[in-house]
Amino acid sequence: MLKTILAAGAGLAAALACTAALAATISGAGATFPAPVYAKWAETYKARSGLLLNYQAIGSGGGIKQIEAKTVDFGASDKPLKPDVLAANGLMQFPTVVGGVVPVVNLPGIAPGAIRLSGAVLADIYRGVRTFWDDPAIKVINPRVKLPHARITVVHRSDGSGTSFLFTSYLALKAPHWAKEVGANDAVSWPVGVGGKGNDGVAAMVKQTPGAIGYVEYAYAKQNRMIYALMQNRAGGWVAPTAENFAAAAAGAKWQAAPGFYLLLLDQPGGKSWPITGATFILMHQKQANAQNAHDVLAFFDWAYKNGNPAAQQLDYVPLPEPVKALIRKSWLKIVGPNGQPVYR
Amino acid sequence: MTIALNSTAPLPRRRSAPRGAGFEPVFEGVCFAAATALLASLGGVVVSLMVGGWPALTRFGFGFLTTSTWDPVKEVYGAAGPIVGTLITSALALILALPVAGGVAFFLVELCPAFLRRTIGTAVELLAGIPSIVYGMWGLFVFAPFFSQHVELPLMSAAPPGSLLESLTQGVPNGSGILAASIILAIMILPFIAATLRELLTAVPPQVRESAYGLGATMGEVAMKVTLPYVRRGAIGAVMLGLGRALGETMAVTFIIGNSHDLPKGLFASGSTIASTIANEFTEATSPLHTASLIALGLVLFAITFTVLALARLMLRQPARL
Amino acid sequence: MAVSPARIARRRIGNALFMGACVAVTVLALAALAAILWSLVSQGLAGMNLAVFTRSTPAPGSSGGLANAIVGSIMLGLAAMAMAVVVGILAGTWLAEYAGESRYGSAVRFLNDVLLSAPSILVGLFVYEILVAPFGGFSGIAGAVALALLAAPIITRTTEDVLRLQATSLRESGIALGAPAWRVIGRILWRSGASGIVTGALLAFARISGETAPLLFTALNNQFFSLDMRGPMANLPVVIYQFALSAYDDWRRLAWAGALIIAVSVLGVTVLARVLARERKRV
Repeated sequence: MLKTILAAGAGLAAALACTAALAATISGAGATFPAPVYAKWAETYKARSGLLLNYQAIGSGGGIKQIEAKTVDFGASDKPLKPDVLAANGLMQFPTVVGGVVPVVNLPGIAPGAIRLSGAVLADIYRGVRTFWDDPAIKVINPRVKLPHARITVVHRSDGSGTSFLFTSYLALKAPHWAKEVGANDAVSWPVGVGGKGNDGVAAMVKQTPGAIGYVEYAYAKQNRMIYALMQNRAGGWVAPTAENFAAAAAGAKWQAAPGFYLLLLDQPGGKSWPITGATFILMHQKQANAQNAHDVLAFFDWAYKNGNPAAQQLDYVPLPEPVKALIRKSWLKIVGPNGQPVYR
Repeated sequence: MTIALNSTAPLPRRRSAPRGAGFEPVFEGVCFAAATALLASLGGVVVSLMVGGWPALTRFGFGFLTTSTWDPVKEVYGAAGPIVGTLITSALALILALPVAGGVAFFLVELCPAFLRRTIGTAVELLAGIPSIVYGMWGLFVFAPFFSQHVELPLMSAAPPGSLLESLTQGVPNGSGILAASIILAIMILPFIAATLRELLTAVPPQVRESAYGLGATMGEVAMKVTLPYVRRGAIGAVMLGLGRALGETMAVTFIIGNSHDLPKGLFASGSTIASTIANEFTEATSPLHTASLIALGLVLFAITFTVLALARLMLRQPARL
Repeated sequence: MAVSPARIARRRIGNALFMGACVAVTVLALAALAAILWSLVSQGLAGMNLAVFTRSTPAPGSSGGLANAIVGSIMLGLAAMAMAVVVGILAGTWLAEYAGESRYGSAVRFLNDVLLSAPSILVGLFVYEILVAPFGGFSGIAGAVALALLAAPIITRTTEDVLRLQATSLRESGIALGAPAWRVIGRILWRSGASGIVTGALLAFARISGETAPLLFTALNNQFFSLDMRGPMANLPVVIYQFALSAYDDWRRLAWAGALIIAVSVLGVTVLARVLARERKRV
């Protein structure tokens, strides 16, 4: 009896192990930020074309590592690689969607959008220099808000993330002290504060701690109905974190002047631009050994650019402006197969 | 074998070894290979950790263990914060879990009515079957607010300034931190220690307990002075296994420990453990030095676990005091 | 000769305190269990429906289930157990029957315990270095190997303990009948210790069922239904990890449902192991 079971089990295991995947599969790995929208696009695309696009959110660092090791067909990173790094590894990158980072607070009696914060003030709070909510610098930009004499509890990310990269890059841009003392990276040595794991952890900590301040991706702020702050953009206006304002930041940016699309959408010009915006990027090798694979990847993203906008917006992402998409398609001509010809036109 | 003297049948060939003995060395060899394969895989783990962490170890030297700066921007990595956090949370978890596990084990063996025994025993072991990520999620969303409201805030406001209690309760009272993580860890390792202690106590020969009762000892005295010393060796082994589990626990801790790489200043302050640091940062780490530092952290964790287990072995080797 | 009444009273009080403390901590432990189970069951059942078992993981906003993750976890678990059981039983047999008190034997025994308590994240890193990076991709096979490395020490230990418990007379009777050692082990000892060994295997399976960290670096995950173990495979722990920390309600519901499934299956396996252990005692 036992022998029969064992034999059957072994046979089944052998059979299953030899089964190839049922359809053509392309693989990608990297950033967690766009994982939901890539998953949504992949699901719709599979129904339409039969192609399986398996994307795994292992983090931007992991995505970069994997594409450099050529263990995936494309990598994804919230942090764009600098042009010299791209060239050194024979990679090219292009953006797919845009998102925003939103400062959120927990102050009783303050409605969403009732409080204003500037980049300089935010940097001072996160440096631990301004420790009470009724600090003069905060009061002066919030003349009509009753701020309590409560200690500010700073919440930041404990894990490395593109959200932190965008946030710290913005602080470094607006506050020279921050740039010197802490710098910008997906993981930094935070001067003060508690760390939450993931956007979820930060959101939970902020919600559970009166007097807390944190930063989260727009989707989390919206889904958790958090109290967000208005921020001052380059044009001087106080803007709210909304999809239109993220799109305004993306539209106002000078993509043509950015080699390798290396552009952080921070503090972009435009009256409605949200100052802490960023795109997420796809990394691919310029010289592809398997032209068909590369063709399939680009065909997927072309389809997503044409048809994926509604799905992206439904999930609280911001699609790229059309002119940018045209630029991206032109850049795809750089991806060539073994015969030197572009894999996708 | 008896042979009739006048039989004409051929003499049976004398076998000097049992039939099938030729296979014996093969079998023994296969078993030996399996045992050695386990050994080799452990060696492989250590070697890969050393190879991977080498750049960080050579760059920072011994200072890696004593510096508490962990700065991915300036590329300075010091492991003191995670190391201290690991040791403190595991020790605290053990201190919290041990009396509870012991009490549960004694309850199940001595006090519990027979019809409840199986249910309560299974219930305690059920704690072990809950995935550790559930502990993390429960810890952050359910336990932390409760802990902050009912324990941290009262203690912090009740502590007289300048007292030991005040310095112990430093930190942010939002329910996360070293003590909160230790409590969650304690709940996690509780079932392992309790189940093992219970099995040990059940295996104590009845004569040992009966003789103590016969001398007029109370139940408590029999438990603490007779059965517990009797199972001391196995109990220490159980404790060590629980400690090993606590040292390596990742998911449950990382949600609620606050994740700050500085040395924790108080029980309510944020800290970090080695396992949570690796889990948090490994997939995102791009620079080779950052990755190497994380792997070096893993090597340190392995060294700590190894030391704890070696100590346990050493303690068990000492002759039992009769 | 008479003991002072004060002393007796003290001892009685001490005994009462002891018993009270035992009951109190048991209530405390059960309360913690109840609190966690309450969250797990209420949230898990809220997300549970037939689709969870029949449809694959969806993108947020679409309907779906956990079918690919469940099947993937079963496949990974079975593959891991196949490897772990073979290595574990053979290694445990060697320790019990052939190693004796040799120093190499003690070393293997000790290092087996070390591997048993090794943080699972380190095992995952190790398998990543040898099976993922060189071969250019995440695979179910790498995941199964990582899980097997975590399960094998448990089986080794329980097999050794079970075999040592077998009466020497069993061995002697086998040898007296002219059987070589391997026959004695295979035909007699393994059979008489079968339920104990199976118990050990079940406990090992329960242990690896909830492991997330090693799979993160080896088998990763797969959005779609795949039976190909040479590529990334969906599995429950990683799916839970990704979905629980997302912003989308339907993903979080699935995460809790998945957590409930793991908890229930681990409980089922543990109960099965105990039933088997009781059968053994009855025989």
